[in-house]
Amino acid sequence: MNNTEKEPLFSAKNRNVLLSPLGSNNPITIQILGICSALAVTAKLKPALVMALSVIVVTAMANLIISLLRNTIPARIRIIVQLVVVSGLVILVDQVLKAFVYDVSKQLSVYVGLIITNCIIMGRLEAFALASKPWPALLDGIGNGLGYGLILVILGFFRELLGAGSIFGYPIIPDSWYISNGGFYSNNGLMLLPPMALIGVGIIIWITNSRKKKA
Amino acid sequence: MNKNSNKYIITYASVMVIIVAAVLSFAALQLKDRQDNNVRMEKMGDLLRSIGKGEDANSVKDKFAYITEEYDKYIQKAYTVTTDGNISDGDAFEILLNLKSEYDKSAAERNLPVFESNDNGKKYYVLPTWGSGLWGPVWGYVALEEDWSTIYGIILDHASETPGLGAEITSSAFQDQFKGKQIYSGDKFVGITVLKNGAENNPHAVDAISGGTITSRAVETMIANCIKNYGEYIAKQRQAEVAVVSVSEVESEQVNTTDDE
Repeated sequence: MNNTEKEPLFSAKNRNVLLSPLGSNNPITIQILGICSALAVTAKLKPALVMALSVIVVTAMANLIISLLRNTIPARIRIIVQLVVVSGLVILVDQVLKAFVYDVSKQLSVYVGLIITNCIIMGRLEAFALASKPWPALLDGIGNGLGYGLILVILGFFRELLGAGSIFGYPIIPDSWYISNGGFYSNNGLMLLPPMALIGVGIIIWITNSRKKKA
Repeated sequence: MNKNSNKYIITYASVMVIIVAAVLSFAALQLKDRQDNNVRMEKMGDLLRSIGKGEDANSVKDKFAYITEEYDKYIQKAYTVTTDGNISDGDAFEILLNLKSEYDKSAAERNLPVFESNDNGKKYYVLPTWGSGLWGPVWGYVALEEDWSTIYGIILDHASETPGLGAEITSSAFQDQFKGKQIYSGDKFVGITVLKNGAENNPHAVDAISGGTITSRAVETMIANCIKNYGEYIAKQRQAEVAVVSVSEVESEQVNTTDDE
């Protein structure tokens, strides 16, 4: 026990806890969690980014709180306790977004509330926070939030670029390229629909898996 | 202490719920003013944008002060009208904040807001609208020119339409199409129809958003349903306009001079 307490804040183990969800243990591509919201909010880059930030805050805080409480939580109602903590945090995030970044909160609308049902959060609470000290739990939460957010931003980037020809709402594809203006290009509307997000996630999983085999 | 005893579990659950409830209520109370203010500012800002004012709201430092100032400057009159065409004494802005509940009432009990702008002698009437989209409510501000038929500008918004598809009703590309279109054909209300394509030369139609057909249709229905409620009032105004058309030149001169004060 004493050894672990003297462990430096960013020991190899803790670094691994923080960074492995970004690649080798990514919640979306490897654990296949949180797919639902990854499909819903990634048609544009900006909501994807705010959603990612919100999830990072919620996973980190929920992991921290549950880890602090882990020795007091009665095993029989632990899921309920987790749910109350997570929903409390999500409502808080929603209220703060409404008060300070009203336009973004409007874009995300119901999806902020749906963070409560994001399996990544419950998954990490069950698998990690209930059995870990607060600091690694916090890192694990941030790491998994980042891993989730990374995929969201990649998806959002390509879907907005290919589907709407813009990034963060700014047009990227020159007007003269479009068929309606005598060019050769047309936006692919399918990119904006949920099925394409699923295919996009599939492609990302394919790429990560094939890279893993080589290494 | 036995963590699996009923007593412990019940106490634990109760204490936890009370703490969470207290934290959330505290946060909600602290943030409520800011949130309400955001909603008011958004509505004022949208109202202004429908008549082409307040465009700098996102680039100025103090957005709230800017919008309030522009609003006071350009919206001279706000009043409510009943569906049988009389001016009633409702608070137009308060009703705008709760437009949905106004449309939930029976037609005879509705007091519907009209915002009147007089910009250097040019009059605009902004009529707020409310309807259902594909996933949730859609709403908008239709700014009409002096003839109560030509659309000067329109601002549309929604709660939860599909991003990139239905949500594109908020894009200026879609909204700009409405400019100059007529909601009346002669004395008959026709609204704005949403077509698949080829609306350019049709004075009563706009092109739908590809992939956002249901939301586009919802906008069409919303404009028709809401503006119909103003029908009697608009008919009266249009009649009055025909009657005074010969003296309107003189009148607008006078309005100008009084405005300068």
